[in-house]
Amino acid sequence: MIQRLNRWSRQLPVWAVWLVGAVPLGLLIWDTLQGNLGVDPVRDIEHRLGRTALYFLIATLAVTPLLRLTRINLVRLRQALGLICFSYAVLHLSSWIVFDMAFLWAQMLKDVVKRPYLIFGMIAFAMLLLLAVTSNRFSMRRMRQTWKTLHRLIYPAAILVALHWLWALKLWETKPLAIFASILLLLALRLPFLARRRRGPVTSPRGPGGRNAGLGRNPGR
Amino acid sequence: MKLKWSDITPEATYLSRRVFIAAGAASIAGPALGLTGKSSAFSTDEKPNSFDEITNYNNFYEFGTGKTDPATYSGSLKPSPWSVKIDGMVERPGTYAVEDIAPDSALEERIYRLRCVEAWSMIIPWLGVPLSSVLKKAGPTSGAKYVAFQTLLDPDQMPAQRSSRGIDWPYREGLRLDEAMNPLTILATGLYGRVLPNQNGAPIRLVVPWKYGFKSIKSIVAITLTDKQPKTTWQMLQPREYGFYANVNPQVDHPRWSQATERRVGAGLLGGRQETLMFNGYADQVAGLYSGMDLAKFY
Repeated sequence: MIQRLNRWSRQLPVWAVWLVGAVPLGLLIWDTLQGNLGVDPVRDIEHRLGRTALYFLIATLAVTPLLRLTRINLVRLRQALGLICFSYAVLHLSSWIVFDMAFLWAQMLKDVVKRPYLIFGMIAFAMLLLLAVTSNRFSMRRMRQTWKTLHRLIYPAAILVALHWLWALKLWETKPLAIFASILLLLALRLPFLARRRRGPVTSPRGPGGRNAGLGRNPGR
Repeated sequence: MKLKWSDITPEATYLSRRVFIAAGAASIAGPALGLTGKSSAFSTDEKPNSFDEITNYNNFYEFGTGKTDPATYSGSLKPSPWSVKIDGMVERPGTYAVEDIAPDSALEERIYRLRCVEAWSMIIPWLGVPLSSVLKKAGPTSGAKYVAFQTLLDPDQMPAQRSSRGIDWPYREGLRLDEAMNPLTILATGLYGRVLPNQNGAPIRLVVPWKYGFKSIKSIVAITLTDKQPKTTWQMLQPREYGFYANVNPQVDHPRWSQATERRVGAGLLGGRQETLMFNGYADQVAGLYSGMDLAKFY
């Protein structure tokens, strides 16, 4: 079963992932043009783009635990998932600048250095930007071990993004709390003692190549 | 373009037909549906938001925290019959029907700016009566300094009250007596010539246009005159963020939202932002209430 899934995912072209990734944007554009967004479309556009970015961030984070727990290997698609997440983050930020803040640069700057949820969001965005620009084979080859270390920035970025959402609200709301919890869970599964126990005996012992050796992080590819 | 016979209805027939339809609609809906109010010099001449916008974009946490939750879930509220208890430091305490507090014949139309603490705004044509007229009927005693308001506590009618969300239900608000007596402060029972929809605070709510929207408590069941500053819901929840006064003030920022500018709901995708006015544009009428007060401290 898992072998069949893996065979299928190996054949899945990367552009198909991008196609799926474009669906939420397509729906959002459709809803905007149809006037389905309700009384305040600015808010809906901004929030939906942000949420979509977060969902793809979670998908990206889920690849490694999925491999460890179920042996389903989607590592080949992870780069696309991460880049789709970044694309939505760019659109989310742009919608804030263009629609919400209407290019009031001075006020935006003041807000970004003053308001915790905007500080969290911006730092997370800077991290995702670093990951996106180094998300290519050339950078992988050039940076080697540094690349792996750098790309662990996705962990703090995920936490900051969840806080960005929670902090923007007046009360503790269920949905962002659930998202925060699932991010913490996905990160916890990477803790050495948890990761070791769950891998079970089928996995070969970890070699000297670092924490993720043999898990398909595969910087050479 | 070719005219059909039906296109050339004589004007008199056309007009009388409209009267007939209107009368029919009124008799079906009951007399309460059509409300009119005397126009007021306090009204802004800015263009009001549509009825659709005003009734589908609400904060009313008793029905959920989403902006469309109140429109979706407030059907369980029964706004009639409804009475309001007026007690505390008044000469004539009692329980009054909404029709006695705000008789249709006394209604005024007040087209007010509404500024939410979340930095969005609307223009709303309320129908209501000055709160001062109601308080005068009850007769505040000389020691009364504040007015406390309370919303209904009934999880059957207000389903989101079943979970606390940190809020100590019922929703509470308060004003200083001089703020309550200011002619801008009204108790509204309608908007756009109609009875107040549930999501907007049926059957009777407060409107204090120079303060952030959360001060304008909805679905009031009790008004209490007191000599102590009353506890208010948002202040109890987050005293650092929500003060007792909550005056619209572009110079005093909220930790989450800059108050310097606001976004007018309904302005469209490229509607941009506009500068927020001191006391939401009502400084001429209310600035005197706060002379000598440090508004950064008493926010």
